[in-house]
Amino acid sequence: MFECKQLSHKATSRTAWTAAVAAIAGLAAIVPAKAEDSVKIGLILPMTGGQASTGKQIENAIKLYMQQKGDTVAGKKIEIILKDDAAIPDKTKTAAQELIVNDKVNFIAGFGVTPAALAAAPLATQAKIPEVVMAAGTSIITERSPYIVRTSFTLAQSSTIIGDWAVKNGIKKVATLTSDYAPGNDALNFFKQNFTAGGGEVVEEVKTPLANPDFAPFLQRMKDAKPDAIFVFVPAGQGGNFMKQYAERGLDKAGIKVIGPGDVTDDDLLNNMGDAVLGTVTAHLYSAAHPSQMNKDFVAAYKKAFGNRPGFMAVGGYDGIHLIYEALKKTGGDTDGTKLVEAMKGQKWESPRGPISIDPETRDIVQNIYIRKVEKVDGELYNVEFATFEAVKDLGKTKK
Amino acid sequence: MNAASDVGYHAQRQARWHYGEIAFWLIVLACGFAFPTRYLIMTDILRLALFTMSLDLILGYAGIVSLGHAAFFGVGAYAAGLLALHGIINEPVLALIVAGLAAMVLGFATSFLVIRGVDLTRLMVTLGIALLLEALAERFSNITGGTDGLQGIEMQPIFGQIPFDMFGKAGFFYSLAVLFLLFLFARRVVHSPFGLSLRAIKNNPLRAAAIGIPVNRRLIAIYTLAAFYAGVAGALFTQTTAIASLDVFAFERSADLMLVLVIGGTGYLYGGLIGAVVFRMLQELFSTITPQYWQFWIGLVLVVIVLVGRQRLHRWVLYVPNLIIKQVAGRKAVVAVPESEA
Repeated sequence: MFECKQLSHKATSRTAWTAAVAAIAGLAAIVPAKAEDSVKIGLILPMTGGQASTGKQIENAIKLYMQQKGDTVAGKKIEIILKDDAAIPDKTKTAAQELIVNDKVNFIAGFGVTPAALAAAPLATQAKIPEVVMAAGTSIITERSPYIVRTSFTLAQSSTIIGDWAVKNGIKKVATLTSDYAPGNDALNFFKQNFTAGGGEVVEEVKTPLANPDFAPFLQRMKDAKPDAIFVFVPAGQGGNFMKQYAERGLDKAGIKVIGPGDVTDDDLLNNMGDAVLGTVTAHLYSAAHPSQMNKDFVAAYKKAFGNRPGFMAVGGYDGIHLIYEALKKTGGDTDGTKLVEAMKGQKWESPRGPISIDPETRDIVQNIYIRKVEKVDGELYNVEFATFEAVKDLGKTKK
Repeated sequence: MNAASDVGYHAQRQARWHYGEIAFWLIVLACGFAFPTRYLIMTDILRLALFTMSLDLILGYAGIVSLGHAAFFGVGAYAAGLLALHGIINEPVLALIVAGLAAMVLGFATSFLVIRGVDLTRLMVTLGIALLLEALAERFSNITGGTDGLQGIEMQPIFGQIPFDMFGKAGFFYSLAVLFLLFLFARRVVHSPFGLSLRAIKNNPLRAAAIGIPVNRRLIAIYTLAAFYAGVAGALFTQTTAIASLDVFAFERSADLMLVLVIGGTGYLYGGLIGAVVFRMLQELFSTITPQYWQFWIGLVLVVIVLVGRQRLHRWVLYVPNLIIKQVAGRKAVVAVPESEA
């Protein structure tokens, strides 16, 4: 009856040996070698899990940039070390620490979601190396460390503008549907603030769980509230699902428009959303249909290399790596973290999204915000820009 | 080896400390000094080891299958996080125990549900409890921080003396100490008459009941104890990373745990520790090589491990050390089967 009868004391010693040997072999195998005269960029992105499309786009954009501009800046070879964090903050933190301590990276970059960017912030401060945020969009991020520089966007930028636009364009009653996490709450609060200040009314407020995006029951409530429009923020990647359920519930036929920051009509998914999305008005930083020569070249090159359209996440990555290149040029290859952050402050350049710069005070991005409407161009769905607000700062901070 | 009197003899002999075990812990301690740049991942391994040991207590020794062990991990993690965040208990060791007790209370309460069913029912019940807690944590985002997690946790120094440092050195030795103490206790428990009665229950609950073992009470006791262990593992997670997010309740965490235990082997305490080492090393290795598709390789390796069998793998890994021992000590180094039926 007692199986343990067969056990001998030698057995325990054997298994202990197994573990010891495995541990030492394993640790020894993954201690990386050092490289000479190169600049290392630790790229931490969600490559698996629900946010994988963000990681993929940013990685692609960086590859594209390095193909176009070469991998040598100021006499130093640029080396990218990619780590997957699956958008889970404790993995981000471990990855960042490993990159800083073992790989001796000169930059950490990427960060698909806000909690990930925040988790790495204290490490950037302590190690004194720049943290380039290429995706996450909550206002507070850049305040968490003097070494954080952002090339993506903040939700405040687009949400305040769509709020102003909505009241001026005859939308009086709005229901809101936002994902229940920091960026969603940012989007909601900034929209509400500007929308109600202009005389608009929020008739229904719904927060959806981030992890379980079934919008159908919420949409029914929205429909019953009969607003002029619904303000929607869902993270890039969930927009397709939202639009499908929006059409299924017949909200498009009930004349309820969709407005919001541009995450819901991310170029990455837009073309597959179907005609229900036509007429959706959003405020955002980038559209693949942005009518500049630079953007046309960028879109063409991206499509050629990866087979699909770049979205705003790709642009965040493209500009992020550009900023790193420019900072290195300015310091002449000096990799001192404090000097690099100084060099990044106040940088101005022409991006595929339009003219952008880094605010020297907040280290956050200053960019144009465009009001766009989804239209059919050559049989494909695009966000067509029809109004521009120039050089928008992050209102989440300037307000304080 | 015959006759029933052998049982007592073997049980005693097994309970004794062996050189191999002492060597194991010395090597673990040595790793702390040998790889000063890899504290975070090593701490991660220790946490996972403790968590796996908790599952081993109920699965390997008492035969209770669980797909929702993350529930206790999560409760421990949030308890430790909230205690630190609101400054209720600032001393980490005390907070660790309180967090473990919180998980223990939950374990005790839910154990009555778990003992009612058999394997499939237990899987469903445990899974359900974990999902319930995850949904609650998401719903009460004003307390738990929802998807953003608890932000801004600042850990006070251990015993008011040793602060947690950025590179995780204090965290590592702290985790190691906790793991070792809890391991000692678990070792004591599984080799006690109580532990032996659990094995009897695992092998045949009916017969165990017939010889006078109070089956349900024993199962409740071990389940509650395992919940305490898992809670402490969760609390260690929060204290060493200063983060607690919804992810602590995730189904993947419970499922991974099962994998770790399968790799390491059920029904002997080192199984969890070895499984944790192997699993994290593989993960680290593959995700360094291919950040996008590492899950594929992990899956492949797991299938291979199961197909080849642990026994043979052990033999291969130990081939060289055994050879050395044979040459030096002039005796046959290893003989028997390390674990009970997996």
